Amino acid sequence: MSPAKADRAVRVQGLEKSFGDWPVLWDLDLTLDWGQLLVLAGPNGSGKTTLLRILSTQVKPDFGAVSIAGFDLKRQPNQVRRCVGVVGHNTFLHSDLTCLENLVFYGRLFRLQNPGKTALEVLAQVGLEHRAGHRVRTLSNGMQRRVSLARALLHDPLLLLLDEPEVGLDGPSVAMLGELITRWTGLGRSIVMTTHNLELVKSWPGSQGHLDNGKVRIGEDRPSAVEETGPGL
Amino acid sequence: MTAFFQPILVLLWKDILLEVRSKDLVISVGVFGLLVAVIFNFALNVSPQQITSLAPGILWVAYSFAGVLAMNRTFMREREQGGLEGLLLTPVSRDAIFLGKAMASFSFMLLVEVVLLPVFAVLLGFSILSWTLAVTIVLATLGFAVVGTLFSAIAVQTRSRELMLPVLFFPVILPVIIGAVQLTTVAVGGEISVGLNRWLPLLGIFDALFLVICPWVFSVVTEE
Repeated sequence: MSPAKADRAVRVQGLEKSFGDWPVLWDLDLTLDWGQLLVLAGPNGSGKTTLLRILSTQVKPDFGAVSIAGFDLKRQPNQVRRCVGVVGHNTFLHSDLTCLENLVFYGRLFRLQNPGKTALEVLAQVGLEHRAGHRVRTLSNGMQRRVSLARALLHDPLLLLLDEPEVGLDGPSVAMLGELITRWTGLGRSIVMTTHNLELVKSWPGSQGHLDNGKVRIGEDRPSAVEETGPGL
Repeated sequence: MTAFFQPILVLLWKDILLEVRSKDLVISVGVFGLLVAVIFNFALNVSPQQITSLAPGILWVAYSFAGVLAMNRTFMREREQGGLEGLLLTPVSRDAIFLGKAMASFSFMLLVEVVLLPVFAVLLGFSILSWTLAVTIVLATLGFAVVGTLFSAIAVQTRSRELMLPVLFFPVILPVIIGAVQLTTVAVGGEISVGLNRWLPLLGIFDALFLVICPWVFSVVTEE
């Protein structure tokens, strides 16, 4: 999939989300350009994962307008799902299937032309082509996270949503993740990721935002990624 | 049309592959059904005169309880490592996801029932060579699997899921079980007050209703 004609990869206006009486995101505005990486940091419970889950259609916002690659989240959720690749806290993999079987399964659901070939290609991208025939349960936690990343890349999404993707990865794997992110943004694709390890991502090309009490604050060196924030709680 | 059915087959393929690897569902449900058959056989000591009145009830009690065990596993498997979340992140309609899971449950239940049926026939002493019995098992199992899959998806979100499923499930599926018992009574040579031509279409109508309503409810409950 090549970057769509929409002018922005992500456009969020007036986003609000509460869980019961507990507001998590509040009047949040966010714009992300093509080819841009936005790294979101913030304390536990600040709403980082909730924001990613909203962008990936997993959670419905209470208020606000969200569009991904020009597709409206509420009216065109399936088009949005075609555009986003998600790495979450769970791997979304079936432990009794092999890496290849898992990826072929998802590839078929995304209606890829040749899911087997594509699966092997993305496994090669995360350095696990030699483990394609191994069951997921036999892999280490870090390797499972890499297969999960391969699953997110499988359908060639325009936007990657990565929720603490570095967790459980060793040094070489984190370096591979950095290279992949750099290559991905170089292709004009966009990435929103969360992390608690800002030191790690300093060398990566992108903007850094801090999500806390419903507000997003942007690193002073790159102020263009997130334009506006909502009031605190 | 192909776009709708393709993901159903993909989900069915995945669940069959997982079951072939683990065998936990078919074996545990099969053994449970077998135990129920043996216990009833010795507890009630069914005489040839009582076969037509007792055998259908025993058969469907065993199938129903074994079915609930199977339904408990339907979405538990998807819950591990966020499999259901992964499914919901794909651009596949919720209806297709539901029907894929329901078809997998239907296949596993039917397999267990077909394996258990000769055991019941030997223990209780009735003939399994009956078209009525075959059609009844297929129709009742379809209704069972469709409703069970829906309630499995709901119950898996709750803390006491093993308790919640039968409590939610049996009141809804009761007409199907009653219909299945009545038709099985005819199949094993008994007589019922309402004829075969009433219960068989009724089972079909229940299935059709469940096949329309349950995917829609599933879409609603998985919205968030």
